[in-house]
Amino acid sequence: MSAVIPIRAESASGCGDAPVLKERGQREVFCGLTGIIWLHRKIQDAFFLVVGSRTCAHLIQSAAGVMIFAEPRFATAIIDERDLAGLADCNDELDRVVTRLLERRPEIKLLFLVGSCPSEVIKLDLSRAASRLSGRVAPGVRVLNYSGSGIETTFTQGEDACLASLVPSLPVTSADAPASLLIVGALADVVEDQFSRLFSALGFGGANAPVRFFPPRHATDLPAVGPNTKFLLAQPFLADTARALESLGAQRLPAPFPLGVEGTTQWLQAAATAFGIDAATFDRVIAPGRDRATAALRRHKAQLAGKRIFFFPDSQLEIPIARFLARELDMQLVEVGTPYMHRQHLAEELALLPAGTSLSEGQHVDNQLDRCRSAQPDIVVCGLGLANPLEAEGMTTKWAIELVFTPIHGYEQAADLAELFARPLVRRMKLVA
Amino acid sequence: MQLTLWTYEGPPHVGAMRIATALKDVHYVLHAPQGDTYADLLFTMIERLPKRPPVTYTTFQARDLGGDTAELFKTAAREAYERFQPKAMMVGASCTAELIQDDPGGLCKALNLPVPVVALELPSYQRKENWGASETFYQMVRALAGPNAPAPGATKPGRAAGARPRCNILGPAALGFRHRDDLREISDLLTKLGIDINVVAPLGATADDLSRLGDAEFNVVLYPEIASLTASWLTRTFGQPATKTIPIGAGATREFIKEVAQLADIDPSGVLADADSRSPWYAKSVDSTYLTNKRVFVFGDATHAVAAARVASQELGFQVVGIGTYSREFAREVREAAKLYGVEALICDDYLEIEAKVAELQPELVLGTQMERHIAKRLGIPCAVISAPVHVQDFPARYSPQMGFEGANVLFDTWVHPLMMGLEEHLIGMFRGDAEFHEDAAPSHLGGHGSAAKSKPETTATAVAAVVPDADVTADSSAPQALEAEPVTGPASWAPDAEKELKKIPFFVRGKARRNTEQYALEHRVPVITVETLYDAKAHFSR
Repeated sequence: MSAVIPIRAESASGCGDAPVLKERGQREVFCGLTGIIWLHRKIQDAFFLVVGSRTCAHLIQSAAGVMIFAEPRFATAIIDERDLAGLADCNDELDRVVTRLLERRPEIKLLFLVGSCPSEVIKLDLSRAASRLSGRVAPGVRVLNYSGSGIETTFTQGEDACLASLVPSLPVTSADAPASLLIVGALADVVEDQFSRLFSALGFGGANAPVRFFPPRHATDLPAVGPNTKFLLAQPFLADTARALESLGAQRLPAPFPLGVEGTTQWLQAAATAFGIDAATFDRVIAPGRDRATAALRRHKAQLAGKRIFFFPDSQLEIPIARFLARELDMQLVEVGTPYMHRQHLAEELALLPAGTSLSEGQHVDNQLDRCRSAQPDIVVCGLGLANPLEAEGMTTKWAIELVFTPIHGYEQAADLAELFARPLVRRMKLVA
Repeated sequence: MQLTLWTYEGPPHVGAMRIATALKDVHYVLHAPQGDTYADLLFTMIERLPKRPPVTYTTFQARDLGGDTAELFKTAAREAYERFQPKAMMVGASCTAELIQDDPGGLCKALNLPVPVVALELPSYQRKENWGASETFYQMVRALAGPNAPAPGATKPGRAAGARPRCNILGPAALGFRHRDDLREISDLLTKLGIDINVVAPLGATADDLSRLGDAEFNVVLYPEIASLTASWLTRTFGQPATKTIPIGAGATREFIKEVAQLADIDPSGVLADADSRSPWYAKSVDSTYLTNKRVFVFGDATHAVAAARVASQELGFQVVGIGTYSREFAREVREAAKLYGVEALICDDYLEIEAKVAELQPELVLGTQMERHIAKRLGIPCAVISAPVHVQDFPARYSPQMGFEGANVLFDTWVHPLMMGLEEHLIGMFRGDAEFHEDAAPSHLGGHGSAAKSKPETTATAVAAVVPDADVTADSSAPQALEAEPVTGPASWAPDAEKELKKIPFFVRGKARRNTEQYALEHRVPVITVETLYDAKAHFSR
């Protein structure tokens, strides 16, 4: 084990113990059901059945937008007054709906019963329903349950809840199995493949230190986990999933998130260090990607340096992205809002943030809008409910959801991530000209 | 529980939001869990509104449920009033808040706000979006115009000599399909007739405007789904008659003009004489001949479905082979219309049933909603959108009403566009196997995804159909399915040469021909369908 490039604890100069403005009030955010929109594309044989109201069905189809031209692998079992009045037994109804669904989509291998606000409030026990149905439709289909309700989850936390529900199904390895690496969090396929190539060039893979990704692309191909598993979080919003993996004995490798050159390098470094890969090899493997990304970022830096940016809370990606924009593109952070801050998982990120950054957790949207208007930032990162109204007020915005639906992780995407922020600014100049 | 892939309408509180967003100085406080703010982006993205909808959500979370959600609501209502200073407020609950029963109306009474506060009772588990919009509009008008109602039995003062007649226009709302341009078209028409417009509501109306609704002589109802309840209350309360004709199509527009003229007691002959619509001439011109009796399936909200069927049948010469609506409240009107075309009305909001119906009818054109677009795309049938729910492309930048004479022009262009042009149709019927000019290509003027001619052996489709009993359940819908891949349901099997002959029938009527032949074989106990059977059936059905 030769330590290389020690990760600096910059609590003195970073935001490690910076005060955070905690707000309560109206929150302009998505609920966890929205996670279905990318998860159902990632796990290719999974189906997501929301048990909820017409509002839930309406949300998913509005958010899924144009994708509804495909035959999507999600649907809603809409609770009606008969279910509420106890005239119909909810469990019988659910069985009927699931039967009809599986007749229609026989290729499904994994069915998630997704809880919603209404189902949680009426205390419909979907976990029991899932185990009962699993018994009925086994071995062909596994039925699991998680909650994507707005009362419990915000936007990307839906992925966390989904993955955490999948952890108990993972095959468990014994204590004498070889050490393995697990990358946790849904990544774009192209990013996953890039990371795979980097890890095998570093000497991972095969029987010696196998690398697996979670979630897998197929429900039948679950990675094994055990006391010898070390895992890297690829996404900052996976608190419950990490806890579930740790309960199986796996250990989290502390690292910043693989956004930008610096984040990606330190993230890979954390794995290399844990598996004793020597500095020369590490440097040789990452150099091409790192140098390509550094060169590609230069072009965007000219457009972004010095620009003031304001983040409304959305996905928990705000802090890592703010770190990237501040350190690699010299942007100035006016306020970085996040719906939820997991201090332990974000420790390395917070240490890298410029000292004195205004951080906020939670939201009171009207107060936050007041702060944003008085600060007049050059660019505002916010949801689609706020973007056009702020543009109409003369601000430049970048809608946040795109950051979840676009490949942004790793070296090859660093410039794409920067370009997402440069584009609205360039557009504003073009249309004025 | 109902298995729902796509829902035609949102929950009723979205209807209430459509009214709140249409009105000017009214604010809506909605008791709802975190996440229900997604509805904002219907307005900011699909309709592209440059302002936030005037809606404050309490956005409670699980941790609040242990505490005092009622207090949370009161705080939100108080803050909303202080910040936005509305002239009237609406308060209500979303589906989840309905379950925790905090009584927003009662809580607001306790706040004692200095403006009218209208409490909305919208049962989320029984009713839907349009009902919510209609109920909300009615409650708002009752609350604001009600105090100005004349005493029962009082006679209405007649119009002063020389004064122009005045009417209200009711129905246009936020997130309404083409409401913006319909309103402009009909307003211009009324002005041309010499009628003044007192109030347009809810779109653009203030709380004060709503209180003035009683000043008009009569009401023009553009969208019964939203405004008929309110209009009948205004009839009872202020003695204002309301229009019944929906001016969609050139013929209906002329009828509408006559109806309005009668209510206003004026002479419409001048306006009717220079009625300026190109669509009747376009439909008469000879290149439209090939449109005759094209089989069309119509689905949407009741108003648009009934109007579209009439235009399709009377003004374009199509044959309406199916009509339906998801608006249960207006089922009767659609059933009446269906009788005119000798078909059974489909009253249903289950997407899967509508899909099955379209597959069964095999129409040559589908006029429907965004959802029928998916169905038509899957089945490879041309389609045009006539009704909400719609997507962002149906909130266009250009002027594109559905109503009035310009609306009729827009309908003609929009509905004919997806069809293959006449001569192209003939050539494909006569000569087959042209590499770029073949039936699997999209109509050539639509470009894009015209694929090269498939050179697969002709038996595969039948083989597939035989082994997949329900071939329309496929995960891959990226390409429209060839029609011949539909399952053979009849007991008679097809002889290979008959199957080959069937392929010579132009593709847009082939599905129908297959069904007719199988039905004929069934009725005449033909065990194997031969080329002879095919032509016997053709003769039998062309009686």
